[in-house]
Amino acid sequence: MTAPPTTQLRKTALNSTHRRLGAKMVNFGGWDMPIEYSGIISEHMATRTAAGLFDVSHMGEIEVRGGGALALVQSVTSNNAAKLADGHAQYSGLLNDRGGFVDDLLVHRISRSHYLLCVNAGNQDGDFEYIRAHNQFAAELENAGPRYSQLALQGPKALEILSRLTATQLGALRYYQFAFGDVSGARCLIARTGYTGEDGFELYLAPEHSETLWAALLDAGQSAGIKPCGLGARNTLRLEAGMRLYGHELDETTTVWEADLGWICKLDKGDFVGRQALVDQKARGIERVLVGFEMSDRQIARDACGVSHDGVVVGRVTSGSPAPFLKKNIGMAYVPLAARAAGTRIEIDIRGTRAPAQIVPLPFYKRGK
Amino acid sequence: MATYPTDYRYTREHEWVSVKDDIATIGITDYAQHELGDVVFVGMPEVGTALKAGQTLGSVESVKTMSDIYAPVSGSVVEINSELANAPEKINQDPHGAAWLVRMKLADATEVSTLLDAAAYQAFVAEKDSSA
Repeated sequence: MTAPPTTQLRKTALNSTHRRLGAKMVNFGGWDMPIEYSGIISEHMATRTAAGLFDVSHMGEIEVRGGGALALVQSVTSNNAAKLADGHAQYSGLLNDRGGFVDDLLVHRISRSHYLLCVNAGNQDGDFEYIRAHNQFAAELENAGPRYSQLALQGPKALEILSRLTATQLGALRYYQFAFGDVSGARCLIARTGYTGEDGFELYLAPEHSETLWAALLDAGQSAGIKPCGLGARNTLRLEAGMRLYGHELDETTTVWEADLGWICKLDKGDFVGRQALVDQKARGIERVLVGFEMSDRQIARDACGVSHDGVVVGRVTSGSPAPFLKKNIGMAYVPLAARAAGTRIEIDIRGTRAPAQIVPLPFYKRGK
Repeated sequence: MATYPTDYRYTREHEWVSVKDDIATIGITDYAQHELGDVVFVGMPEVGTALKAGQTLGSVESVKTMSDIYAPVSGSVVEINSELANAPEKINQDPHGAAWLVRMKLADATEVSTLLDAAAYQAFVAEKDSSA
């Protein structure tokens, strides 16, 4: 299969900035995106010790408005959106009628009749159609991806850096809260969320301000040690933090119970797509569960490597990689319940060699308070 | 633009060879380390392994990917660079020097002259970059 030429790939508003910074670019789900600038390890470490700046404008945004907005959001997601107050967000699942994931997403409540959903890049259009198909509540729906850029500023110095560019009281935003404010002259939805396991912010803004804001953040963060970071570090950071990735740990066949995400499923909130299937599975019991593992030697487990327990192949690695901060090689996989306990010895098939590993609790890394 | 030592020879799989008497020192090129990104693990052959040109010699793994290394010449492995086990990142820092991978005793010294010289290798990678 020949790869599409770069001219056919979708580009964020920062594409020429990334190229000017010397980023190594990659085709990520049809988007021409930076995978790394100075190196994945250096970017990963900068995010854990100072700050990393990510262009995540490829992510999708869906706006849900009107009197029926809450009812629609409640009916297609697993978490309880009715618990949100204005300016609060929650992690949730967009489920199918078998209780599997159509996508994982963030639900932001702007007001009782206005929600912003942030969905995965490749799933944007599919999610929008799916929600539209379930819209018996006459809510207004907008596939708003094209009118948003999104930047993520993550790391222990993120608050200090962003504070230099906005009058918004960032310290008053607790984790998973958001506010509207001006950042370097650009109106932004400033959310204290992220996909790295560090403190930080995700900024939603109009594309025409992206380049100015990107430059302002790099400038404001220079003395603190900020680095531009690509999708390579984004992946190693989220994996180290035990965060699931759609298409790897989550897909149409995995349920919240199997993915060990029971906390985003509120069966008592009312009916929602997939609820009955989840009730049934909870009663029957699950047969596989997502776990984290750590390699015992220097070999590196990769996505799709076979996983064995007691000499029997039991599954495949869903995500595997070196973990730069922990200086270990880690991964996640679905295993039978008998193999789930921390300390259980498993083997990963790495190109024909059975490499030893052991189950460890998730998350691998948790930031200090 | 990287400089490729003019007294080395190169393969299209991005290995370099430096010969002294009948011993060939072998590594991967600056182009290869740049493509790979941060190197985290090097898979080495055992000393004594006999290889024909083109056979898999070992592997170099980066955070994102793994690449097989092929013997540019036929011979037997007489030494491996033990520094790389604890400091694989040397391959990114000094791919043509301190981060040599293995030394082989040549089975047939004439094989070396069939490899690309520095100018030909440089042209080869320049063409790859422009068509990317």
